[in-house]
Amino acid sequence: MQRPIRVLLAKVGLDGHDRGVKIVARALRDAGMEVIYTGLHRRPEEVIAAAAEEDVDLIGVSILSGAHLTIFPKLIDLMKKERVFGEMLLVAGGVIPEDDVARLRRLGVDAVIDQEASADELVGTVRALVEARRAAGADR
Amino acid sequence: MKTTASGEGIRVIGDEARRRAAEDLADWERRELASSIARQPERAPEFRSASGIPLHRTYTPAEAKAGLWGEIGLPGRYPFTRGPYPTMFRGRLWTMRQIAGYGTPEDTNERFKYLIAEGQTGLSVDFDMPTLMGYDSDDDMSSGEVGREGVAVDVLDDMEALFAGIDLEKTSVSMTINPTAWILLAMYVSVAQGRGNDPRTLSGTIQNDILKEYVAQKEWIYPIRPSMRIVRDTIAYGARHLPRYNPINISGYHISEAGANAIQEVAFTLANGIAYVEEVVRAGVPVDDFAPRLAFYFIAQRDFFEEIAKFRAARRVWAKIMKERFGATRGESMRVRFHCQTAAATLTKAQPYNNVVRTTLQALTAVLGGAQSLHTNGLDEAYAIPSEFAMKLALRTQQIIAEETNVASVVDPLAGSWYVETLTDEIERAVWSYLDRIQAMGGTLAALERGFFQREIADTAYRTWQETQAGDRVVIGVNKYADERGGAPPVALHTVDPDAERRKVVALQRIKAERDSGAVRRLLADLVEVARDERADLMPATIAAVKARASLGEIVNALKEPFGTYRETPVF
Repeated sequence: MQRPIRVLLAKVGLDGHDRGVKIVARALRDAGMEVIYTGLHRRPEEVIAAAAEEDVDLIGVSILSGAHLTIFPKLIDLMKKERVFGEMLLVAGGVIPEDDVARLRRLGVDAVIDQEASADELVGTVRALVEARRAAGADR
Repeated sequence: MKTTASGEGIRVIGDEARRRAAEDLADWERRELASSIARQPERAPEFRSASGIPLHRTYTPAEAKAGLWGEIGLPGRYPFTRGPYPTMFRGRLWTMRQIAGYGTPEDTNERFKYLIAEGQTGLSVDFDMPTLMGYDSDDDMSSGEVGREGVAVDVLDDMEALFAGIDLEKTSVSMTINPTAWILLAMYVSVAQGRGNDPRTLSGTIQNDILKEYVAQKEWIYPIRPSMRIVRDTIAYGARHLPRYNPINISGYHISEAGANAIQEVAFTLANGIAYVEEVVRAGVPVDDFAPRLAFYFIAQRDFFEEIAKFRAARRVWAKIMKERFGATRGESMRVRFHCQTAAATLTKAQPYNNVVRTTLQALTAVLGGAQSLHTNGLDEAYAIPSEFAMKLALRTQQIIAEETNVASVVDPLAGSWYVETLTDEIERAVWSYLDRIQAMGGTLAALERGFFQREIADTAYRTWQETQAGDRVVIGVNKYADERGGAPPVALHTVDPDAERRKVVALQRIKAERDSGAVRRLLADLVEVARDERADLMPATIAAVKARASLGEIVNALKEPFGTYRETPVF
């Protein structure tokens, strides 16, 4: 039997808006996934170390402060250093302006989930991403 | 806890009228209502307020609970249900106070001057995340956040630049700042003193409400106990030196935005208020010396009548708490004066012009509910901090309500509405019930430490989200009447100046290089010594340090050693 999808949710930097990330945590948990939430104000290093240690399928980072273009490149560099980039998925959530979505995707963020996404979209996106990555991993 | 005011059980409506209303109601239900429902059933099997209070079809004098004269009374008189002042907006309109802040202090100073020129009557400062959290602009943790969501303030020179050309004796200034509030207050007082202003003339507020940070907004530095001591020192300092200044804004806004309903917002805010009063009284300051300067801050949400009733209930409950629990004797100690802001989380990216309508209706509840000052949100705030155009429209919204609709001519115009009075009573009852539970847990701090508020809020937030998902809670343009394609941003959005962070860092480092570093080190060491004595007052040593150009980040870091730092166990 396949193991359940494991997700690490994180808040990075000084941003304290955690209403959304907690709802996402519950919604994914209610959909049968294993969810770890780091809590607030984590440094990028702490997040990637926790993801590697917990061996998650996907890292979801919520940013509502506008600092996403500073924080995501740091996360990606650290994922490369830890050799989990391309293996673990990286997803952005929060307030991300339209123009920045494409930029984040080019940097290597696997998906940007909008604040107004429905529960089905949220759970569906996470599941589809993880299943596709697992299938690709099995082929290698 | 006692829940009725001054024992005045006199009913507004006499027994005869109530009996007649009950008879008529029963008769009407049998005849007109029954046949109407037979033809056309109602839209839903039951109707409820946003916080879940069951709503009757219509309200009549038969409503048994509502309508005790002693609970309603007159404005400016205990229990202040109808407002803190006798004349309310007939005397002076509420303060139109749009919050602003971005980039460097010079950038924000320009926006302030624009808002004043457009007729705004008070200033409100939004600080960037590093300033809010106690990091200097040149700290590694600040990278990418300097001047982004608010203005960056590191040293006294920044505070001077922020208010350049603005008369602090004539302008009421609100600063939305919490764990670092005492430092910003020290800078503000120092700027005023430097200009030769009399501190006794300063008016305005710092938010300084640390408890709701642990509950909802999540901006903290130190653990709860030393943080309470900081708040105590600012309130005591205000009581001695700043008679027109509000040293705290006890805030429900963030509790609501984190997911709480109207009842939870009022109950948790007042529970925090009780904790502050206890703390300051314990330090030996008589309650009537400081309670008149306690100010509040509530949200204006989407359930129109529930919000109006919420403001009225909050005033009444607090008046009873101050009088009966703390033995306050001055009316000023019992009355709630509050700032209000429309609900940012109700704004949508989809069909953004709808946000103007939402904000207008929410602002109207604040006015009908008797707010002392008001911020109306910009229509583009689901995208970015508001543009100049969006702020102007939001300000015009308030000016139209104030000067075109005539709603400001009568004090508490909805008093006596059987519905609004009943709702006010029911909210009050539910708030007391929460306050009793909190008391039974050992008080506010004990409830906070065990995650009670956080869990209650997370549960309500999740329920609200599920109801929105199911379409039971309608959001126009999102889960009903949605467009096929998402709407584009409505106006040219505020853009972040990519060079502001670099300029700010350069300016700060220049000041750090040019100041008398030996003096700064000495004054920071003095401050740490003061901090070690729990009974000592932090304010004078902080004022001395900021005057010598000690930075916000340096002061915060110096006190991490005696105070420690806070880390949350998340509840979800």
